[in-house]
Amino acid sequence: MRHTITVLVENEFGVLSRVAGLFSGRGFNIDSLSVAPTNDESISRMTIVTRGDDQILEQITKHLNKLVDVIKVFDFTDGSAIERELALVKVTAEDAVRAEVLRIVDIFRAKIIDVTPKSYTIEVTGSPSKIDAMLELLRPLGLKELVRTGPTAIGRGAKGWKA
Amino acid sequence: MKLAGARILLECLKMEGVDTVFGYPGGTVINIFDELYSFKEITNILPRHEQAAVHAADGYARATGKVGVAIATSGPGATNTVTGIATAYMDSIPLVVITGQVPTPLIGNDAFQEVDIIGITRPCTKHNFLVKNVKDLALIMKKAFYIARTGRPGPVLVDLPKDVQIAAAEFKYPDSIELRAYKPTIEGHPRQIEKAASLLLSSKKPVIYAGGGVVLANAAEELSHLATTLLAPVTTTLMGLGSFPEDSHLSLGMLGMHGTYYANMAVTECDLLLAVGARFDDRVTGKISEFAPHAKIIHIDVDPTSIKKNVRVDLPIVGDVKDVLARMVVVIEGDSSVLDLHKEAVKPWLDQIDGWKSSRPMLYSQEEAVIKPQYVIQKLREICDQDAIIATDVGQHQMWTAQFFKFTRPRTLLTSGGLGTMGFGLPAAMGAQVAFPQRQVIAICGDGGFQMNLQEMATLVQNRLPVKICIMNNNYLGMVRQWQELFFEKRYSHTVLDLPIDFVMLAKAFGATGFLATKQEEVEDTIRNAFNTPGPVIMEFRIAREEKVLPMVPAGASLNQMVLAS
Repeated sequence: MRHTITVLVENEFGVLSRVAGLFSGRGFNIDSLSVAPTNDESISRMTIVTRGDDQILEQITKHLNKLVDVIKVFDFTDGSAIERELALVKVTAEDAVRAEVLRIVDIFRAKIIDVTPKSYTIEVTGSPSKIDAMLELLRPLGLKELVRTGPTAIGRGAKGWKA
Repeated sequence: MKLAGARILLECLKMEGVDTVFGYPGGTVINIFDELYSFKEITNILPRHEQAAVHAADGYARATGKVGVAIATSGPGATNTVTGIATAYMDSIPLVVITGQVPTPLIGNDAFQEVDIIGITRPCTKHNFLVKNVKDLALIMKKAFYIARTGRPGPVLVDLPKDVQIAAAEFKYPDSIELRAYKPTIEGHPRQIEKAASLLLSSKKPVIYAGGGVVLANAAEELSHLATTLLAPVTTTLMGLGSFPEDSHLSLGMLGMHGTYYANMAVTECDLLLAVGARFDDRVTGKISEFAPHAKIIHIDVDPTSIKKNVRVDLPIVGDVKDVLARMVVVIEGDSSVLDLHKEAVKPWLDQIDGWKSSRPMLYSQEEAVIKPQYVIQKLREICDQDAIIATDVGQHQMWTAQFFKFTRPRTLLTSGGLGTMGFGLPAAMGAQVAFPQRQVIAICGDGGFQMNLQEMATLVQNRLPVKICIMNNNYLGMVRQWQELFFEKRYSHTVLDLPIDFVMLAKAFGATGFLATKQEEVEDTIRNAFNTPGPVIMEFRIAREEKVLPMVPAGASLNQMVLAS
């Protein structure tokens, strides 16, 4: 099962490799990982998408908690969080296809951020499934390059989630 | 007043109560050794290899319960510490290892003797630090010792670039420390402890399975108290040996691959298993799906990741073993009528265990002509002091020691359980002897493992450390040979150590004493002579070459499928 885990860590040298090393060293999967400092500069926040059964997820969260630089771990899988991802997509766009690409961009509320006579570069944000859906439509039109950030997640409701 | 980083390091060690370190000099730690030259409060023991420095600090830590300290230079010095660090990590031994590093402006430039030791040791340390500014050094050292000894203990590495050792800063050692991201759970949950107590009291076939965590938490007394209160039989892991006296009628000895018949049967048949500071290693459980199949499992451990890692657990208790056991006993003793009923109810179980013990005791075939290694271990036990410290290497002799020595006190067996590091025994014994100059310290080695760190004979002689070394010589890498005999059609591929080494001469070459025994009748005199000879002594026993370690549960089989000694 797919899990979205949020991890608050000390914003220190080497933390990313400790977390990444934990996953690789114990044979856990990482589908995606995004990380950046929070409003408190001494703390970074990671969003990790991983897969596994309950027992594996329990081990992953326990091992993350065991790292000396990890402040807090939370598994957002129960739907208590909103996930958003950014993708930049370069597509071939010539002749009749140009209009079709623009229609798709419009439907998904994406943006064209670079134009040439032969291509468009598109910026799209949204839930991972929305981005997947748009890519499915763009693919037959000539998808040349794709870069995704991986999802980042925040809990629903008024309550802030801090260290 | 400002002090140089190298001096600050020593002041920090002093503040942590360190009086002995095991360090090997080199280009990037020369400033530290220069400070040591005139620093009277700390003694350095100079080993002959950085790996041995870490094993010695480890042996020191295991024997005393204090944090062991080793120092090595950058590059090869640092990489040589890795096996020692991994050994300590797997057995949860508190160490602080200090490595020199090239000056900060050169880091990343492939400078002479540069290696990314932080990257290399990340998966085998509890934590590690690169000190980039001398102002941070004191706080980092405080953190390093705090992390090493609290919670589930482990090794911490501090990488100290040469320019940081030279730079000066005001020295102020923090009195206390709090890390927002590191807060080990010490107190077990009271409700869980009550539940455990009632499960224990209602069980008719309980077994306590005690591991190295009992030794590390200094909880042997609490364990004995609980076991005798409940009349619960106790089996220990290799790392747990000494945590429960093996001369007690409640002792089942060691369990697992080379455990006793009665321990493995008791675990297979029990209705309740109380795991204390143990981690259900594959050498203990055998086939996981058939491990303790009828039992509810209670697991006490300070490390939450140990719980439910390998086996299902019905009742987890995260906390310090000593604290949890002490409070559990109080709950159990609370109602004496329930306790009396329980003691009555477990009698058939204890009778059943006694039956297993008498039908299948630990034995080996005695032969007059050759020396049986088990006999040597039994004789050692008879002759040595009650508080003697035993360090072993890894292999057959290690298992014979675990099976036949009969440990009664915690911290008297120093052995590499998790990593299984050959070459550990001699330097670990050295570290223990440094800690306890007046106690008997015995290194039990095979001829293979002894050769992996035999250079430390020089350290023993130089520092007048009277370690008695018992080499079980079969001219084989015996444990692997045993597997080849049983599972590889006796194809002894590269396990035959054909060159017969004269270990008596070798001892002499280092200025130590050597004795050789080739017949059983010589064993006792050899041991007595060794103990009566001052200084380090090698006892070489030419043992029955193809003697096997039995019982044995083949890898992947369930615990009750043992190959027994005939």
